[in-house]
Amino acid sequence: MNSPAPAFASVPSPFGAPSGPTVRAVHDQFHGDLLEVSMGPQHPSTHGVFRMIASLDGEQIVKLKPVFGYLHRNHEKIAENTSYLASMPYTDRLDYLCSMSTNWAYALAVEKLLGQSVPDRAQYLRVILAEMTRIVNHSCLVGFLFNDLGTSFTPLLYAFREREKFIDLFESLSGSRMMCNYQRFGGCRVDPTPEWLAAARTLIENFPRFLDEYERLLTGNEIMLARTQGIGRLDPARAVNAGITGPVLRASGVDYDIRKVDAYGFYSRFDFRVPLGDHGDTYDRYMLRILEMRESVKILSQAFRDIPAGPIMDPKAKQRGHRPKAGEAYARIEGPKGELGFYLLSDGGPNPYRYRVRPPSLINLTLLEEMCLGHTIADSVVILGSIDIVLGEVDR
Amino acid sequence: MSAAADSFLERAPLELRDWAVQLLPAPLQWISHHLITIVAVLAVFGLFFAFTTVAERKLLGRLQNRLGPNRAGLPKFSILPWHIRHKLFGLSQPFADAVKALTKEDIVPAAADKVLHFLAPVVVVGFSLMTFAVLPFGRNLIPVELDAALLYFFAAGSASELAIFMAGWSSRNKYSLLAAMRALAQLISYELPLILSVVPVVLVASTLSTSAIVQAQGAWTFGVLPHWFVFTPWGFAGFIIFLISALAESNRSPFDLPEAESELVAGHLTEYSGFKYALFFMAEYFGLTALSGLGVTVFLGGWQAPCELLYWVPSYLWFMGKLILMIMLFIWVRGTLLRLRIDQLTRLSWQFLVPLALLNVGNAAFWALTAQWSGPLQLVRWAVSAAIVIVPFLVIGRSLSAGYAPRTYRYAP
Repeated sequence: MNSPAPAFASVPSPFGAPSGPTVRAVHDQFHGDLLEVSMGPQHPSTHGVFRMIASLDGEQIVKLKPVFGYLHRNHEKIAENTSYLASMPYTDRLDYLCSMSTNWAYALAVEKLLGQSVPDRAQYLRVILAEMTRIVNHSCLVGFLFNDLGTSFTPLLYAFREREKFIDLFESLSGSRMMCNYQRFGGCRVDPTPEWLAAARTLIENFPRFLDEYERLLTGNEIMLARTQGIGRLDPARAVNAGITGPVLRASGVDYDIRKVDAYGFYSRFDFRVPLGDHGDTYDRYMLRILEMRESVKILSQAFRDIPAGPIMDPKAKQRGHRPKAGEAYARIEGPKGELGFYLLSDGGPNPYRYRVRPPSLINLTLLEEMCLGHTIADSVVILGSIDIVLGEVDR
Repeated sequence: MSAAADSFLERAPLELRDWAVQLLPAPLQWISHHLITIVAVLAVFGLFFAFTTVAERKLLGRLQNRLGPNRAGLPKFSILPWHIRHKLFGLSQPFADAVKALTKEDIVPAAADKVLHFLAPVVVVGFSLMTFAVLPFGRNLIPVELDAALLYFFAAGSASELAIFMAGWSSRNKYSLLAAMRALAQLISYELPLILSVVPVVLVASTLSTSAIVQAQGAWTFGVLPHWFVFTPWGFAGFIIFLISALAESNRSPFDLPEAESELVAGHLTEYSGFKYALFFMAEYFGLTALSGLGVTVFLGGWQAPCELLYWVPSYLWFMGKLILMIMLFIWVRGTLLRLRIDQLTRLSWQFLVPLALLNVGNAAFWALTAQWSGPLQLVRWAVSAAIVIVPFLVIGRSLSAGYAPRTYRYAP
């Protein structure tokens, strides 16, 4: 059985002979060719225009190659040719589910470059909106994950019902449901009314009820446990080496949350915990999202309690025509998907000389093959769903 | 009792047929007698299929905080005259769907095996309709009175999976091929528990004829507790095994692997469009209806009334009512559960359902042997029979789900 695997090389393959670890159920010449299935770019569960070329032995994956770039929009080059402020709406389109936190990461980088300070109320608003975005993102993610697991849309629509309430609030605040374009260098764009804050507070107070309902329906489900536990394990050492961040990294048991590590914004003022997984499998990645939503609710209730009155914009801040001094800045936040960073290099001109995004979706995707090897094609879809990618951010 | 059995409503469908037949010249009477039966079954279950699709979409919608289809109505027509804009609750949706399916372009892939690609939807509908021949829809309503009706039912029912393989193979599409493989694996795995779950009933009723099985369930304790087989320990276990296997046989969620949308796009249906697609869809619902009908017949007393007082209600109404409840249950399951993986699917069958179904056959034998026990021995009979099912269920179930449990999580210090 352990004789050197024959005849892989004789199988004509569009991406060459297999390399690295391959797993085959049976190693002999009687078990014919591998079946290559191209999943995507048009496929119901690749979450956008993403493509996986999978080599299958029966239903088992022996090689998987992620292909992306179908949504490349030249984001970084465009940003180098426009003013600092004009790039702000473009950042909405990176992770189109979480424009509020992407805005924040970009604003943070420019503020670092300008040496701009931010008033207290704006800091609180940023935390509030970023945590609401995290809840939106995570509830969407678990909904889509269950869709990949084969439910006929029920959990997804439950999640969307909740998400709708949040993005209604975003719309009433910023004018847009998803492309919020809300942060500015030195503060925020509009001040929420007391009614808005009260509505948001009520929504957050009621949100744990949805989580309880959701968990009662799904978390203990035996099929769910059997489909996700032990599937797509990610070794913590490999995860750290590959630069994986966010809930995917914490599910592998590595304590790394930039809200704690950097304490950017006012996160040092809030009392919250960072949940960690011990197995690094799909189930842990799912559960971490649920637990993080509960922590976000905690942060939000503290923020609504403590938010001060005052200006939302530093009165000395320039509204447009920013010309930072020559230099560089890298700012990062704990986005819902992982470490979202913006690197800016200024030559003193009105445009950034170099503009670079560190997208968590793309970097978390790099270990997809390793997580999928040896599992079935059905699992690969679930593993991809549990990594949580948004193609707008992967391809930029 | 006999008066009710001979009531006008009970006999009405047959009287109508006989009246129509005697209008024709004698040489045509034999053939028209059977043709009318066939047309009646096709028409009733064709309409039933149409409204099952609406019911499924509406019920799933309600389960998911949606309304479901509620727009399709008849133009300038209302069932409520004082409310002209009434949309018939979307009940004409299936007819709109049918028109759409008929007018869509029929695309056959260039590389497909054209003959098989064409035959597969025809064959699948044909076989799934054949199963209706032996279901007793009412006291006097059974299309074909066969002595080996159950054997016939399973033979015709499993043949439709062959058509799914034909579809998957002939499409020359990798998704379709994978789906076809899955369909075959599923067929082989679940045919066995499906048949084994019915064997206890055959043992106790000592017949393979579906109408005789229904007759055997026609009694009540104190006039209210029906003697349906589902209300015995072995019958209940058999019914649950039957339900699970029927879900798998009809490719319904959570066993809808051959057409797993999130993995295989549309499985064996990927390369089908237009009316051929609709035929597959139709066959799936016919299969589901037929299997539900068999479940009703074998375990839920068929056309028997639930209590003696309601004996006067025509028997075919009871059958249809139970059938609708079964189908609602299937829709509910679809709206709730996740899909299994192919290896878990086969493991569930071979390691869990088949052993339990085999034990259940022994259980039924015990039940048949102890038919004379009465008084306190009756309690012993029930306890032993229940134990034969429950203990292995717990033991095998625990061992299969070992290692899977919800977890507790730690937090960073």
